[in-house]
Amino acid sequence: MKEPKVTLNLAKEHGLTEEEYKRIYEILGREPNFTELGIFSVMWSEHCSYKNSIALIKTLPRSGGRLLVGAGEENAGLVDIGNGLAVAFKIESHNHPSAIEPYQGAATGVGGIMRDIFTMGARPIAALNSLRFGLPDDARTRFLLDGVVRGIGDYGNSFGVPTVAGEVYFDECYQGNPLVNAMGIGIVKTDQVVSAVAKGKGNKVMIVGSSTGRDGIHGATFASEEISEKSEAKRPSVQVGDPFTEKLLLEATLEIAKNGWAVGVQDMGAAGISCSTSEMSAKGESGMVIDLNKVPLRETGMSAYEIMLSESQERMLVVSKPGYEDKVKEVFDKWDLNCEIVGEVTDEKVLKISYQGELKAEIPPFELVLGGGAPVYHREWKKPEYIDELRKFVPNSLPFPIDIKETIERVFASPNIISKRWVYEQYDSMVRTNTIVGPGCDAAVILIKGLNKALAAKTDCNGRYVYLNPKEGAKIAVAESARNIICSGGIPLAITNCLNFGNPYKPDVYWQFKEAIEGMGEACRALNTPVTGGNVSFYNESPNAAVYPTPVIGMVGLIEDLESVTTSYFKDEGDVIYLLGEDFEEIGGSEYLKVIYNSVAGDSPRLDLATEKKLQDVLANLIGIRFIKSAHDVSEGGIICALAECCVINREKVMGAEVNISIRTREDFTFFSESQSRVIITTSEENQLLLEESIKSYGIPFSYLGKVTKENLKVNNRIEMETEKLSDIYHNTLGKIMEKKGE
Amino acid sequence: MTIKFGVVVFPGSNCDHDAYYALRKVLGYDVTFLWHKESDLQDCDALILPGGFSYGDYLRPGAIAKLSPIMNSVVSFANKGGVVVGICNGFQVLLESGLLPGILLRNDHLRFVCRDVFITPLNRNSIFTSEISSSPLQVPIAHGDGNYFADEETLKSLQDNNQIVFQYSSPEGIIAQEFNPNGSCLNIAGIQNKEGNVLGMMPHPERASDPALSKTDGAVVFKSIYHNLINRL
Repeated sequence: MKEPKVTLNLAKEHGLTEEEYKRIYEILGREPNFTELGIFSVMWSEHCSYKNSIALIKTLPRSGGRLLVGAGEENAGLVDIGNGLAVAFKIESHNHPSAIEPYQGAATGVGGIMRDIFTMGARPIAALNSLRFGLPDDARTRFLLDGVVRGIGDYGNSFGVPTVAGEVYFDECYQGNPLVNAMGIGIVKTDQVVSAVAKGKGNKVMIVGSSTGRDGIHGATFASEEISEKSEAKRPSVQVGDPFTEKLLLEATLEIAKNGWAVGVQDMGAAGISCSTSEMSAKGESGMVIDLNKVPLRETGMSAYEIMLSESQERMLVVSKPGYEDKVKEVFDKWDLNCEIVGEVTDEKVLKISYQGELKAEIPPFELVLGGGAPVYHREWKKPEYIDELRKFVPNSLPFPIDIKETIERVFASPNIISKRWVYEQYDSMVRTNTIVGPGCDAAVILIKGLNKALAAKTDCNGRYVYLNPKEGAKIAVAESARNIICSGGIPLAITNCLNFGNPYKPDVYWQFKEAIEGMGEACRALNTPVTGGNVSFYNESPNAAVYPTPVIGMVGLIEDLESVTTSYFKDEGDVIYLLGEDFEEIGGSEYLKVIYNSVAGDSPRLDLATEKKLQDVLANLIGIRFIKSAHDVSEGGIICALAECCVINREKVMGAEVNISIRTREDFTFFSESQSRVIITTSEENQLLLEESIKSYGIPFSYLGKVTKENLKVNNRIEMETEKLSDIYHNTLGKIMEKKGE
Repeated sequence: MTIKFGVVVFPGSNCDHDAYYALRKVLGYDVTFLWHKESDLQDCDALILPGGFSYGDYLRPGAIAKLSPIMNSVVSFANKGGVVVGICNGFQVLLESGLLPGILLRNDHLRFVCRDVFITPLNRNSIFTSEISSSPLQVPIAHGDGNYFADEETLKSLQDNNQIVFQYSSPEGIIAQEFNPNGSCLNIAGIQNKEGNVLGMMPHPERASDPALSKTDGAVVFKSIYHNLINRL
């Protein structure tokens, strides 16, 4: 096959700019050839280089606390949890592939994030996912959701990792561009951590796992542009997953890690062999000579360009310790996987790729990678006009609801509030027998076997808040995930983030991005949760407009004592209910406003970080002294929906309550206000006085709400909500919507 | 003398560690892994074929695993009266191997389902149920192909020979279609062979064994096996 001649136009077709093309010329001191152009184009794509985001990302707190490696240094973040153990975790987007081919897009998203975890020698113990779609009354949305859920389920279930928590939101803005973010969590002994490094002249470089095909070529480039009608034609850019091979790869990799036979391991995701060879070399300040003839192929007639850019899944690059090549090979043989020596490490700081006896690429790896020669841009920003326009919203202009009971039921039935049971029952949430609290509560709780400890994990983001106020919205995303960890009995450790935004070349979008990063940084500093790494996904736009800026936070916390594990639902008749925190009747951006008035307007709720921190500390203390029987934070739908949830989340034992909620100015505003830093807690009657005294001594605002009953949910002696009906709405609505055929 | 359990590991088994952990760490029994490429059963007294996706469930759940070298040994062990339990994917392997009658179809709702269910032991005299003191048991299921099917004649012979070990039921033990999570004939959750030494079940007793997870109803299946084997010594 004759290779096309490299020209500026061809470079532009590869997504490179004229300046970038010139820069390549300067680096090489000559025209790049076709293979080299391909390698540069994927390595300098937004997806791999973070060129438009890294300058701002670096302003986030990226070290300190219990972090064992700084953000971005390894495939995933690593946090010390004591007893010689560390937790590795990361979140990543697979939005673009999922918009085109939901099943494989989502499946390979799970596969990719799991490889990031076990590449480090960590055994994956939990998966989470954060999903956003258009409104579910649309048939295409249901098709996408159905495909994504099957994709996540089939991959994770077969691979053998429990999917323990997540979130699903619905809003028109995600109609053409759903968000599919997958998070993985693993556990590793701190002395068995494997780095993604290549060093030691003469050490053998091995490609292991699946053979290489033409699938996914330019996947990274595809993820770095907007979705349009043309995207359908890029379906071949979507990779195909094989969870069975991944499971074998996991077991084999962990055997290598346990025995310490590897100098370094890196998984192959975006940009395949190009990315793994250049990143490992750059990190080790070394080079590699690679012979592509040795790469096991699944198709005939592949060119060097195609082999270098293939994103075939379930592959890894391993640099073995000298003398252990045979041992490594034996392990992969045992698991019936390919393991081929494709080259070796050099001390030349050059990546030399040859194929069929010809040198096909010769590039200094440092120049290809993020933190090295990859471009770094500071983009223009401008505050979008819609922000001030929407702030003009006057809440009191809203009519009073005619029937408050019916209004509550309608808001409670919102797909954003109801249980996602239909989704999570399709995931194996229990395999590996560590799941203490599975999906459906504030955060998942995962046992650390052999210790009396557990991890708590949660993802969070309300895109509507971020749209109305990016800085405040991002703060809330961090604060709410931390609050969820605290509610389940844990102490927040660190976060990973998945920053889903529109086109960064649009100043409006970049302003959202900049503001969100600022807010996130502030919150992470205030709550002592450094950022361990994550992923940026730009170009989330469909023909109509950008999605809401959606910086998803994935947080992991540590529960030091299993006795502290707390769930969100009411437990026993007679328990007393309190609200920690204070309401400010904030309905801007609320679910109430959206569901009842079909409006997204106003400002997001305010978040005072000092207040939030104090609330979390107090709640952690109260849980620590075993005063708390349930804890549930107030979020979408306000206090009234939170109370309804507390009654019905545990379907096996639905409870009721008799409560008095003092109205600030308007009943509907008080009920549905989404003011932050609030948690509903219960305790037993005999602990009531002690609890009240404790809370008073901490000096935080709180109020007595009432008692748990076996009857209905009775509010202010006037409104009686049938708990059986609430339970039916909560648990069955999504299933009814999704099992609707056709349209 | 003690009783030794063996947990068979196929490529793609992913509940092998769970079964091992439940038997060794929770119940304190002697247990070892058995690699599918071997044929030596290492003097085990009872074998567990664990859940998971052996060979990725490609072709058909259990269809490739039955060809693994160890399965020859498992089949002759079972035919000599050895105790064999197949859980979930293990149940599928037992059916494919012909150690148990019938097949497992795709769930009737065509979706994977993972949640707790209640199962009621129909046969309380089996070596797998003899220690059950209160029922039903609350145990999780997690499968896409758990819809037990057999022809009328086979079903009748299962009933006549007391081979139906567990049925899906309400928390009160009522057997009715509404408590059937996958469309199984007769709400069948688990069956044994005529001789009573081979059990296949879709629910995961190993997932409901550890008090740390606040679910322990499943442990009784392993305890029953242990006590019956000890009593034979």
